[in-house]
Amino acid sequence: MDLLRFITCGSVDDGKSTLIGRLLYDSKSILADQLEAIERASKTRDNGEVDLALLTDGLRSEREQGITIDVAYRYFQTPKRKFIIVDAPGHIQYTRNMVTGASNCQLAIVLIDARHGVVEQTRRHSLIASLLGIPQIVVAVNKMDLVGYSQDVFSDICIQYAELAKKLNVSAVTYIPISALNGDNVVDESKNMPWYDGPTLLHYLETIVISDDVNPAQGRFPVQYVIRPQTAELPDYRGYAGKVTSGTFRVGDAITVLPSGETSVIDGIELAGQSLQEAGASQSVILHLADDVDISRGDLIVRTDNQPVTSQTIEAMLCWMDTKPLSVGSKYVLQVGTARTRCSVRQIAYQLNVDTYDHTEDVDSLKLNDLANVVLRTAQPISFDPYQQNRATGGAILIDETSNVTVGALMLVGEAG
Amino acid sequence: MDYLDQLESEAIHILREVAGQFERPALLFSGGKDSITLVHLALKAFRPGKFPFPLVHIDTGHNFQEALDFRDDLANRIGERLIVRYVEDTIRAKKLKEPTGRNATRNGLQTFTLLDAIEEFEFDCCIGGARRDEEKARAKERVFSVRDEFGSWDPKRQRPELWNLYNGRIHKGENVRVFPISNWTELDVWNYIRRENIALPALYFAHERELLLRDGKLMATANGVIKPEPDDQLVTRKVRFRTVGDISCTAASESEADTLDDVIAEIQATRISERGETRMDDQLSEAAMEDRKKGGYF
Repeated sequence: MDLLRFITCGSVDDGKSTLIGRLLYDSKSILADQLEAIERASKTRDNGEVDLALLTDGLRSEREQGITIDVAYRYFQTPKRKFIIVDAPGHIQYTRNMVTGASNCQLAIVLIDARHGVVEQTRRHSLIASLLGIPQIVVAVNKMDLVGYSQDVFSDICIQYAELAKKLNVSAVTYIPISALNGDNVVDESKNMPWYDGPTLLHYLETIVISDDVNPAQGRFPVQYVIRPQTAELPDYRGYAGKVTSGTFRVGDAITVLPSGETSVIDGIELAGQSLQEAGASQSVILHLADDVDISRGDLIVRTDNQPVTSQTIEAMLCWMDTKPLSVGSKYVLQVGTARTRCSVRQIAYQLNVDTYDHTEDVDSLKLNDLANVVLRTAQPISFDPYQQNRATGGAILIDETSNVTVGALMLVGEAG
Repeated sequence: MDYLDQLESEAIHILREVAGQFERPALLFSGGKDSITLVHLALKAFRPGKFPFPLVHIDTGHNFQEALDFRDDLANRIGERLIVRYVEDTIRAKKLKEPTGRNATRNGLQTFTLLDAIEEFEFDCCIGGARRDEEKARAKERVFSVRDEFGSWDPKRQRPELWNLYNGRIHKGENVRVFPISNWTELDVWNYIRRENIALPALYFAHERELLLRDGKLMATANGVIKPEPDDQLVTRKVRFRTVGDISCTAASESEADTLDDVIAEIQATRISERGETRMDDQLSEAAMEDRKKGGYF
């Protein structure tokens, strides 16, 4: 059985929590005692009906305010697939949490309220999904019950969204009319929309083909840890532990170690004590090399026939995630894979307006949740791939040197000219 | 890739990030199924090398003897260092008042002993077997969860956690709780245990046992931890334990499942969650777990 990670996004009242509650409830992933607990809580709040949204709001302050503050992860499975739902807050001030949630997802569900059509949050969330390189988008037009299950309303929204999608880097969009409250087209087919002949949302999620490795030729292996037992039986054992983030490595492959540029050949691959002939994307393994090369944590092993960019001047899209503003000239720690180096922000080329997608130039500082194109100068050379080609080696974070907090998410674009 | 392979690979990656980023990590190990799974994953992450961390157990003094024996045997068998610290000692040294009365439990006191152990060994990272499916406050917690010098979790000040990049940079005195099996469910753990043929304490499988029936829950009588009260009934039932935490707050469930396959079939069919069925202390209030975590609980 395989695993699909998807994010749900939408405005505060688009019914996101209800949709998640519905998916869990109709797929029988809510257990009796959890249901009783939310029934009890619904009664205390005197909401009348059982509020499926209470299932997802896990924190005291969320329940107090009735909004979702932070990303939460939910799990369910059907006989066909396992799912991780990344439940990201819809509230405007939590864009950074959506970026956090979207970074690992293969699919995004963008909820649209059928009564309101495409709104500011739709544009914002779609932009983030596109910047984060999520390959599949499902536009779930919700609350169809409140527009009389009208096919015209649905078609209009599809046209509106298609216009928006043209401006973005999204390839595959699927549209599904639903009512999360009543369960139309979520798990079960709707009897109220005979004009719709596409899949239900769950059926779509169960059957969509997702490839984790879009770059089979880009063999990338960030070294996490060097294993050296130095025991009597294994005096010379030296294994490089890490995860193949993309591509494939085979015994006998010529490799290059970056940033040093030293070369060698793969002598052996181990997984939990067993020898493998090859290791593919997302396998955590140990590599052995034919030569004694100087390698430590932070180095990137790549196939010699397919090398990434190595540079000290990098262009990137940045989502600023800290309450303390970023200003040009500030210094941070940059982490790409397992490599860390100090860097400074040399230039903000433009700020991206998340609502209109316009560029604003002459910006010299960024506030919480701002998106911008920046140029970084690093202390040490960094090896990476453009994010839109390879999420694993093109995603990076900025860490504040004094607070140690993660303050920025970077989608690396390339070497700055 | 099969989902269990993906979850395994992700967990190994996280364990190696701990090894790469911290000076003095520890793996919290109780002899329960989740921490046994962690040890198995650590073997895959670091063998043929030694673990870059000791195993640490905070013993409430009210643990199942079967779990303690299993704990010691496993540490011995794999030749890794085991450190045990006792809640009993903390109670004596700090003159903590032991909770008394009906359903009293030392579970909450573990926090003090854990924080003392962190200070004593200067641990900068504690790896734990918590899963996000256990509880809704846990569903919100990061894989690398930064705690302040008092061990507190502040859900509003969590660091963004992007891609598979983990930021373990901290100031002296702070520490990070790391949860490599965050994304696993109870069923995933069991399916993995079956696939990997991982040994578990016999408590997890159905066996005849003398128990106290109290408020509809079956409580173990071991070590005289729970003092019978007049309306408790002494009964003998065939039971298994779904979790094997502190005896005073872990209930048994009636079961005929005495093999891995039967246990898995039982969990697939159950309509009650793991903590709902067995953990008395989570049911005190809607935010019981969240509040304990803010106080430094594991």
